[in-house]
This record gives sequence, structure tokens and C-alpha cells, in this order.
Amino acid sequence: MQPFRVHTGLVVPLDRANVDTDAIIPKQFLKSIKRSGFGPNLFDEWRYLDHGEPGMNNAKRPLNVDFVLNAPRYQGASILLARRNFGCGSSREHAPWALYDYGFRALIAPSYADIFHNNCYKNGLLPIVLQESEVDRLFADTAAFPGFKLTIDLERQTVATVDGALAYGFAIDPSRKHRLLNGLDDIGLTLQHAEAIRAFEAKRLADNPWL
Amino acid sequence: MARTLYDKLWDSHVVREEPDGTALLYIDRHLVHEVTSPQAYEGLKLAGRKPWRVASVVATADHNTPTKDWDKGIADPISRTQVETLDANIREFGAKAYFPFLDRRQGIVHVIGPEQGATLPGMTVVCGDSHTSTHGAFAALAFGIGTSEVEHVLATQCLMMKKARSMLVRCDGRLPAGVTSKDLVLAVIGKIGTAGGTGYAIEFGGDAVRALSMEARMTMCNMAIEAGARSGLVGVDERTLDYVRGRTFAPTGERWDRAEAQWRTLVSDPDAVFDATVVIDAATLAPQVTWGTSPEMVTSVEGCVPDPEKERDSTRRDDMVRALAYMGLVPNTPMTAVHIDKVFIGSCTNSRIEDLRAAAAVARGRRVARNVKLAMVVPGSGLVKKQAEAEGLDAIFRDAGFEWREPGCSMCLAMNDDRLEPGERCASTSNRNFEGRQGAGGRTHLVSPAMAAAAAIAGHFVDVRRLH
Repeated sequence: MQPFRVHTGLVVPLDRANVDTDAIIPKQFLKSIKRSGFGPNLFDEWRYLDHGEPGMNNAKRPLNVDFVLNAPRYQGASILLARRNFGCGSSREHAPWALYDYGFRALIAPSYADIFHNNCYKNGLLPIVLQESEVDRLFADTAAFPGFKLTIDLERQTVATVDGALAYGFAIDPSRKHRLLNGLDDIGLTLQHAEAIRAFEAKRLADNPWL
Repeated sequence: MARTLYDKLWDSHVVREEPDGTALLYIDRHLVHEVTSPQAYEGLKLAGRKPWRVASVVATADHNTPTKDWDKGIADPISRTQVETLDANIREFGAKAYFPFLDRRQGIVHVIGPEQGATLPGMTVVCGDSHTSTHGAFAALAFGIGTSEVEHVLATQCLMMKKARSMLVRCDGRLPAGVTSKDLVLAVIGKIGTAGGTGYAIEFGGDAVRALSMEARMTMCNMAIEAGARSGLVGVDERTLDYVRGRTFAPTGERWDRAEAQWRTLVSDPDAVFDATVVIDAATLAPQVTWGTSPEMVTSVEGCVPDPEKERDSTRRDDMVRALAYMGLVPNTPMTAVHIDKVFIGSCTNSRIEDLRAAAAVARGRRVARNVKLAMVVPGSGLVKKQAEAEGLDAIFRDAGFEWREPGCSMCLAMNDDRLEPGERCASTSNRNFEGRQGAGGRTHLVSPAMAAAAAIAGHFVDVRRLH
């Protein structure tokens, strides 16, 4: 996993609540046995006018020009601004894979669904929670200023405009922050406690032999 | 100190804890299916790792498998590759049990876990699927995980996580006749919203839940995730023990006695304190029907399509307008005036024997309405199918004009050939009415099995209690 320290990027606003993982990456693309290549099909049903299937040449498909990701001013965006309960629904990690593969490095929303939120951290994608009023302000500023960018500093836990005029703090679990800052592999970290796991397991299986 | 059921399950699985509360939680049962596991096994291979405890893994292929013409195999080459990849991974890495495509015990992973006794009270149960919450009906701490965590559990038998808050959803009274646990859980989601349970483990309690069968409790816990909660729970009682006793992987003899004694403690202490409590009166509920593109967009079958004009919150109003446009519905239309094109009876929410019996009781001696293009019944597993056929339910369905299919996830998420075409409207016993969930442009209304069968007969939604 790539470490996440400081990231400055263009912001794209997705102004709807309860965006589910079926919308983020539709089911037909879940048939892949790989982790990569999902970016062109991110928000597939909203992004294209035709029906997408695996194996299509996405560059030749008709775009829905009304969908915000297709607006010229938001090309190259790497920060997705969203509404509450983003990522609800299924546990498919293909959702954060698709967001990352598209080029997103951070998300900003008032809240996320639990499994999706957790899956983001495993892939170096930072899901930032801000207050509803702060998110409202960022939606207004993104609309008002073409080329609106934000700088996210994970060490300092801040989201700020590039000129520093507006800055919000955000919370994150210390252990998640540590793993993201250093790009650490969770499995490697857990296996440092292999002895403790073995001891726990031996006792548990002895006490519950039906397991 | 008095503890909730969730506290007890959590405490008994913590291997170690960091100062910030992040714990290593030991996992007893790992359910594996073909969609969310290939990348995890690949990661294991690339790192030269082996599964920590093969005996914890129970696997099946369910999401991609076809529901008819099994003798022809899986036609879609991409789906076939995914199923064959699971075959190969289980061959290479092993499992306690594997129910591959075509096995007579194959089925939806959340149906076969309990059916085989592979889900037992007191366990931690995980699967790369959000509806793993289903298994909480057995007082097991069960929740969905992503593929990175599937790999993490395979490699370490543990997960790194923080404890959730606890919520009691207390369902008072008794459900009236014709009103089911599906209606009850939809009403709960309507009340607290799809994010109402985010960050919580929900325990379903109260007289109405105590009176439910295990199948009905599974339906409720299954949909805890639609209220935002990764886990749903119901405490152990006689019904739990009666269901588990005698199943393939359940303990027997002296081990059963020991297990039973432990399992009986798996209830919240009487004076346990929950972080939140929601009370719902089950006795006054009517059958529920969703009208929108989120499970919280739900009303009684006696109600009407809501009017966004009356919603004050602007984000919510925009959501409603968008949902009604997608669903092709006009505000203030009675739900019973909404006509349907297809009916799907199945999914990990409602494909167990009791669900099929309830639907068959409505279908018996009647005919599917002419405007309904397809009404399909997809049993949750090969064993459910066999049981239903032994009871003659397949004949009832066929005589009424329903298609009787092979087990699998089918049109709940439409990864196989079972799907809605753009604009088609479906009465579905599944769990999600999201845009495109059952097929691009498809319009899903979530209902109970009896309500789905009634809609198939009438050709539109109808109060199953008034069907003559």
C-alpha cells in the first residue's frame, strides 16, 4: 500500500446522499478476479449512456455529459466530495478499488457506511469525515470557484484550501493514521502477534472443542 | 457488571488490544464465496502465505451460478472463470467443507451456513459479503468484510477492529397474521434510516422477536446491514437450540451438553445497558412495501407513494424526487395501484423453507396475473429445494405459473442471467432496491414472500390479508 502523507488535488462534488456500492461499481464488473482496472467503470450507470459490460472499450462509449465526473472542469479530480452515508450497501472492495483506480486519493463526506469506510483504509484511500456544515461550505466553494483544490495533511489532520484561508480539522484513529502514513501491511503487523494468536486459539479450541 | 450479548461475544474473542481500543479479534468461522475471494487467495499466494486454520473455512459458489439448465454448465465465460477460480483455490488451500456448483448441498452462503450447523452460537462468523449479519440470529457475532480482510482472516485468523456501540431494537407485542419479520425489519429501517445503525451492533429483542422462528430471525438479522449495522443479533433460546441440534457440523453427545450450557448464557443480562434503544410496536404493523431506491424508502401497503412537496429537508426532498423519477412513480398513488412486471422470490433474506411455504400458501390454487411476465422462485439451497419438493411446493408454484429454479443468489443482485430489463418493475423478497441492483434500469419493490406471491397473483401490490 502507498503511504498517504500530504495530498493536494482538484475536488469534484457528488451531490447526493446514500450513494451505494452498486452505484459506485455495478455488479457485472465484480466478475473480475483482479484488483485493478475498475476505474473506467466507476459509477458506470451514471457515467455512460449505454449499458456497460466487462471487456468493452470504454473510451468509445457514449458519455452522460450531465454526470458531474464528465464535466470538463472536474477532469483530473483526485478528491471526491460526497454526502452522508456514502458507500452504503454491499461489502465489495471493488468500490474503493474503482475509486482509487480512477485517481481518487481522498473522500470527504459527513458520514460513510461502516464496511466501505473500513475498506478504504486498506487501500490507501483516505475517507475524511467533516461536519455537515463544513461539507456544505465545500460544496458551495467547489461550485463557485472553477479549479477548486484542497490540500489534505494527514499528519496534521487538516483539510485546507491551497491559500490556507479555509482549514478544517478531522479525526482519525491513531492506529489507522499510523498505518496510512507509513503504508503498512496489516497482515504483516498482525503476524507480529502470531504467538499471542496461537495461545488464544489453543485455549479457545480446548474450551470449545466443537469449533 | 451487566453485559449485553454483544459485549459477551466481543470479550470472548479479543486476542489483544491496542491503547486506542483497536483489538485483534479471533475469527471462528470464515465463509467464502467466489466473488470476493479470488483477490484474497492471490494475495496469499504472492506473499507465500498459507491459511492459518483451514478448518474454519466453509465455501460455496452462489453469486454467479445460473438457476436453470444446470446440465449446460455456466454459459458466461467470465462467471465460469470466477467459479473455477474458487474450485482451484479450495483445491490448493483446503476447507472444512466446500459445496461447489452442482453439489446437492450448494446454495446461498448465508442459507447453507446455518443449514449445515456450520454457524453455531457464540462464534465469530465473517464472510466477504455484507449480509453475513444473517448469522447473528444464532447469537453469533457475524459481519461482512472486504476482500483485504478476507485475506487478513485467511492469513492470521484475526481481524483488526474497534468495538461497535450497542443498540437494542425492542419489538413489542405480537405481529398480526399476514405480517412477517420482513415487514418488521423494513419498518425498523423506515424508522431509523439506512444509516441509523451505522457504528452499532443491533440486538433484536422483545416479545415479537422471541415469537419468531429461526428463519424469520435470520431475515431480520440479514437486513441489519440495510439499517447500517454490520451485525444483527438475537439471544439464544429454545428455538435456537432446537434448530441447531442434529445439524451436520453441530456437536453431539457430551460435547452438545457442554456447548448447550455455554450457549444458554448468550443473552443480554437483564440489567445490561445499551448505547441506544429503539422501540417498535409490532402489533400495529401492516405489510410493508418499498417505493424508492433505498430500503428506508418504505411504507405500508395501505399507504401511498409519498409526496416530496411535503418533505422539509432539502437533501431528502432531492433524494425523493430522484427516486420517484427512477421508479416511475407519481406522488400520492396508492401502493395497491402499482402494477408489476416480474416477481422474484429468493435471496439470502427470504429463500428458506418457511419463506417458500408462506409464498406457496398464497399461490395455491391461483394463477399468476397476465401482466406479470415472469414470476420465479429460487430456493436458497439444494437442501431447501429438496425439502420444498418433498412437500409438493414446487407443484403448487408451477401450477400457478411460477418458474421453479435451481438455488443461488440469482436476481437479488443479477450477476447471473436472472435480471430486470430497463424500466421493468419487480416485487422482490430480496434486500436492496438500489438503482440498477436487479438489472440496469430495473425498479425493485422489497416485500415479504407472501406479499410477493400475492402481487404475482393480482398483478399489482395487494394487501395479502385481503386476498380472496
